[in-house]
Amino acid sequence: MRLRLPERLSFVDLILWGLRVAIVVFVLVGSYATLSQGVLGFDGWRTLLIVGVAQGSIYALIALGYTLVYGVLFMINFAHGEVFMAGVFTAFFAATALADSGILNGNPLFGLAIIFAVSMVTSMVVAVILERVAYRPLRRAPRLVPLITAIGASLFLQYTFRSLYGSGVRSYPTIEILTGTFDIAGVPIQKTQVVVIVSAILLMVGLYFFVQRTRTGRAMRAVSEDKDVAAMMGINVDRVISTTFAIGGLLAGAAGILYVFLFNSVSFSMGFLPGIKAFTAAVLGGIGNIVGAMLGGLFLGVLESIGPFLFLDGLGVPSTNQLRDVVAFTLLVLVLIFRPYGILGRKE
Amino acid sequence: MTATEPRVEQPAAPQGHLLELENVNAYYGNIRALRGVSLYVDKGEVVTLIGSNGAGKSTTLRTISGVLKPRTGQVRLDGLRIDALPAHEIVKLGVAQAPEGRRIFSRMSVYENLLMGAFSRRGEKLDDDIARVFDLFPRLLERRTQQAGTMSGGEQQMLAMGRALMARPSILLLDEPSMGLSPILTEQIFDIITEINGQGTTVLLVEQNALMALNVAHRGYVLQTGKIILTDTAANLAANEQVRQAYLGEI
Repeated sequence: MRLRLPERLSFVDLILWGLRVAIVVFVLVGSYATLSQGVLGFDGWRTLLIVGVAQGSIYALIALGYTLVYGVLFMINFAHGEVFMAGVFTAFFAATALADSGILNGNPLFGLAIIFAVSMVTSMVVAVILERVAYRPLRRAPRLVPLITAIGASLFLQYTFRSLYGSGVRSYPTIEILTGTFDIAGVPIQKTQVVVIVSAILLMVGLYFFVQRTRTGRAMRAVSEDKDVAAMMGINVDRVISTTFAIGGLLAGAAGILYVFLFNSVSFSMGFLPGIKAFTAAVLGGIGNIVGAMLGGLFLGVLESIGPFLFLDGLGVPSTNQLRDVVAFTLLVLVLIFRPYGILGRKE
Repeated sequence: MTATEPRVEQPAAPQGHLLELENVNAYYGNIRALRGVSLYVDKGEVVTLIGSNGAGKSTTLRTISGVLKPRTGQVRLDGLRIDALPAHEIVKLGVAQAPEGRRIFSRMSVYENLLMGAFSRRGEKLDDDIARVFDLFPRLLERRTQQAGTMSGGEQQMLAMGRALMARPSILLLDEPSMGLSPILTEQIFDIITEINGQGTTVLLVEQNALMALNVAHRGYVLQTGKIILTDTAANLAANEQVRQAYLGEI
């Protein structure tokens, strides 16, 4: 194939090409510098990778909520981070009660099942009410309107839960069954990380089959392609949209519990950052694309975990692990500039 | 669905029409798209609605299907008012549409599109219906697992019609089935319309290709700027001077 340059490079094109080259050079030089110093051995990189995959699978679960909703409504539900917070924050009280009564560590599977159920159901209910109250009346409004409403709803939910549960940061009780490590092929891995990754994979596989193989899943895909024609086929479009929010909520509720397995603490504002990160992941994978959201989440998690150290440490930047958010959002900006429809998204 | 769901098998009153529109007015925002449209279709007929671009033909079908709500007037099916029902209830009563521009689900397979067509018939066996569609459109059988959006225009039209038939409609609404098709394909599609009608399905056909439409129809209506200006048997319309000049391309 012959490389053909456009006949006239505009000023903007030049800047964009310069940016591309600069990024590649920066990443290569940084990585080379870090690797050649050999600060981190194979085990170290592997640990970072596992941390990234665990974190990324949580992003992926939340990102699915963004992408599912975008698929049927073409709007970004910016209150989805708060849907995530609502479940896990509420389940905190169930968890403490279970821990205090000794059930959590006496019968851990039962206890965990209850915690998951409380979190998932709460998130689901919040998501469904959110759609019904805040978005459905705006179904035919210009696209900017529900976007602004979503931001309003996000703040509304944050401060509602702050009034309900207080503004402090709370720690989940220790779940003894999840402390310590598993030996997998001679490699010790934190039990929590294993549980997070395995649960997330199970949920994603379940969702994929649900969307591809069930009647409701087909209805969701039909609604996402053409609402009028979907209605002509006998699909109750409003109900399908509610179901979509419900599924997004269930996944976010589960992601919340997995999140506390890793980070342990909850607060009313805990939904903001994971929410924005998951949104980044959804855009990265191609918003509206389910597999894209899964891949985007994992990619973002791994990049965030490995990237700062790999790219920056060799260049002499101190405490690179504090720069994970910088890496994540730089990635968002770059995706928006160079591939706004994402890895798997369709060009519109 | 629930037990209270109204079902199709309600015998029509002896003189009742299968489908009847009475003085229907419909709007897009402030633009009046249908002005007092009244028409009827009897069981077993092929009725065509002809008229130029923007005359309100598709709007009429959208109103019957319930995607657009009439501001005033009535739509009745077997004597039962359906104009206030949501679109997804209307298809359950036996009105299916193959809409303008086909609008098949392009990211689904051909087979999945057919399943979507039968969405209103929850829990029923579909094997016979699928066999019937493949019998009418053998091309669809060859493309069973293909992604629908990758097919040619003619194949997509076949799929749109097959999808509508999967609802086992008592009346099938066809919106411009010949649009964008070659003359040979157009002829095929019209043959199939006759065949479907011969199998007992009533058809309301919207067409710009008035000649072909009047050929297969029993009766016709002529729409102009949202109003019905003429109705007669298909043969009389095809012979009508005014129609010949305006819609059959004779000057």
